[in-house]
Amino acid sequence: MDYFLTEEQQMIVDTAREIAREKIIPVRAELDERNEFPTSILKDMAKADLFGVFVPEEFGGLGGGCFEIVLVLEELARGCVGVATSFAANALGIFPVMIAGSQEQKEHYLPDIASGRRWAAFGLTEASAGSDASGVRTTAVLDGDEWVLNGTKQWITNGGEAQIYSIVAMTDPSKGPRGASIFIVEDGDPGFSYGKKEDKMGIRASATRELIMKDCRIPKDRLVGRKGTGFITVMKTLDISRPGIASLGVGLGQAALDEAVVYAKQRVQFGKPIISFQAVQHMLADMAIQLEAARALVYATARHIDGNAKEVSKVSSMCKVFASDMAMKVTTDAVQVLGGYGYMREYPVEKMMRDAKILQIYEGTNQIQRNVIGQELNKEYAA
Amino acid sequence: MDIIVCIKQVPDTKDVRLDPETNTLAREGVESIMNPFDRHALEEAVRIKEELGGTVIALSMGPPQAEAVLREAISCGADEGVLVSDRAFAGADTWATSYTLARAVVTLGNFDLILCGKQAIDGDTAQVGPGMASQLKLPYVTCVQKLRTMDETGLVVERMMDDGYDVVRLPLPALLTVVKDINEPRVPSLKGKMRAKKAEIRILHAADIGAEEQCIGLAGSPTKVVSVFTPKPRGNRTVFSGTPAEQVEQLFAQLRDIL
Repeated sequence: MDYFLTEEQQMIVDTAREIAREKIIPVRAELDERNEFPTSILKDMAKADLFGVFVPEEFGGLGGGCFEIVLVLEELARGCVGVATSFAANALGIFPVMIAGSQEQKEHYLPDIASGRRWAAFGLTEASAGSDASGVRTTAVLDGDEWVLNGTKQWITNGGEAQIYSIVAMTDPSKGPRGASIFIVEDGDPGFSYGKKEDKMGIRASATRELIMKDCRIPKDRLVGRKGTGFITVMKTLDISRPGIASLGVGLGQAALDEAVVYAKQRVQFGKPIISFQAVQHMLADMAIQLEAARALVYATARHIDGNAKEVSKVSSMCKVFASDMAMKVTTDAVQVLGGYGYMREYPVEKMMRDAKILQIYEGTNQIQRNVIGQELNKEYAA
Repeated sequence: MDIIVCIKQVPDTKDVRLDPETNTLAREGVESIMNPFDRHALEEAVRIKEELGGTVIALSMGPPQAEAVLREAISCGADEGVLVSDRAFAGADTWATSYTLARAVVTLGNFDLILCGKQAIDGDTAQVGPGMASQLKLPYVTCVQKLRTMDETGLVVERMMDDGYDVVRLPLPALLTVVKDINEPRVPSLKGKMRAKKAEIRILHAADIGAEEQCIGLAGSPTKVVSVFTPKPRGNRTVFSGTPAEQVEQLFAQLRDIL
């Protein structure tokens, strides 16, 4: 379908597609099997200027918005959601600085992000703070000219690989969510270390680690935004990042559909290609319908956000839920279409099915997204 | 370090076939691409520029539509694209092409290094690089698989051989032709693509490069194509299977039969 991309947006799509085709697809099975972080692919993306897509031009980027990120992530996810997740987590990690950071912080960090010289990560989740973000136990106390952070972050994407971390910590635990603030912690800061790398079901090319802060001392000017505004920034960050996760679902769904159709055309049973059987055709048709509907919703949401719309939480959650549920269904059906071959590691669809599951879980479970949508509906109809 | 990279636009060999009637390449509807070896030459030039500074000029000889590969070269990091194009160049063989490109290099002026792909995938001659070096009286090495060191005084390269490699030291300016093993080319960058879109491709005609009429095009080409034909298949092939010992036994049995 024609989504009326500008020439520049089409260029972004072509570039990301070429990265997926040339650099990701040839090695994705190996990265998955070895649980290996795709450092060299991220460097290729940096050379192709993809990291600069969402960074304002004044800081060396291309000045794109949510829609441009969505376009990049969709194409990368057609190659591998694990690799694409590393890209998405980098954007997520730097959004707080873009949203609430000072001019000095932006000048200091954004050019490195745009050039891909340094990567970012986002540290919110803790053992006791998942869906309930207010359960954050990490604390930050001002001591002279330094903040002292203590606590452990869990399941942090790009943990140990990124150099810049946006960390959510309580500056006033008695105030609950209003007592949270965001800090930039850098790789190598005293008292900052990493836990073990997690062994995951899918997206195994992405790195997931604990971040451990033990009397971690950072300069006073690493506070992002005003003290106590951390949760507001977190919510704004997630509002603009969720369409990115949705687009991972769209790219993954497209990859799974591509594999399923190609296979159905060549697999012969009862003397005919299985695509000639209505049972298979209908499965493929349903996959295609859901996929295109998800893409349309994700693109529309991203454009809505880029249009500086005031209310974005509901649609942002809607596209995340819809596209990730679609990806789970479409990849599962792709495995079904490929039958026994689909279940084998030799074919790419079993990895796609494993990769799909995380999309329903991370950056807010689909249950939490439905809560958001429900609460927004409740508000809308109150007036 | 100022580098000139020679780039040829070629038909994508994935799609190429011979017209059985005329025995010429059927080019209709075949996509044109940058010669794959030249892509590696360009990547090496851009890497040298990134490390040592300087400029990279992409140089091509061909019809006006060859401009597309020069824009692509700019999107991959070249600073400038120069197209040598003139009806008078039509029918040039590798020698006339070498002469023409050499004249263009002289016209462009200062340079430290010329990089070419090992060969073009349409003609497969591997002659134009060495031909240019001869015309320009430059030292050259073909089939370079690695650039070991490079400074203002010269370079040390590895030349790929069938059974290993030679290490060659040569002074600058020089010409190298490269093989695919030398690097892995990058994907064109977004900023590069935007720059390429706006870039002005300089066109050099025969008169601009001071080319002598009898040295260019068909007139300057000593190669004469007498006939082109599709060779007949050379008979049956046999593939032996089993352990090496069994295969040898089968081979000897067959040879005994023949003799």
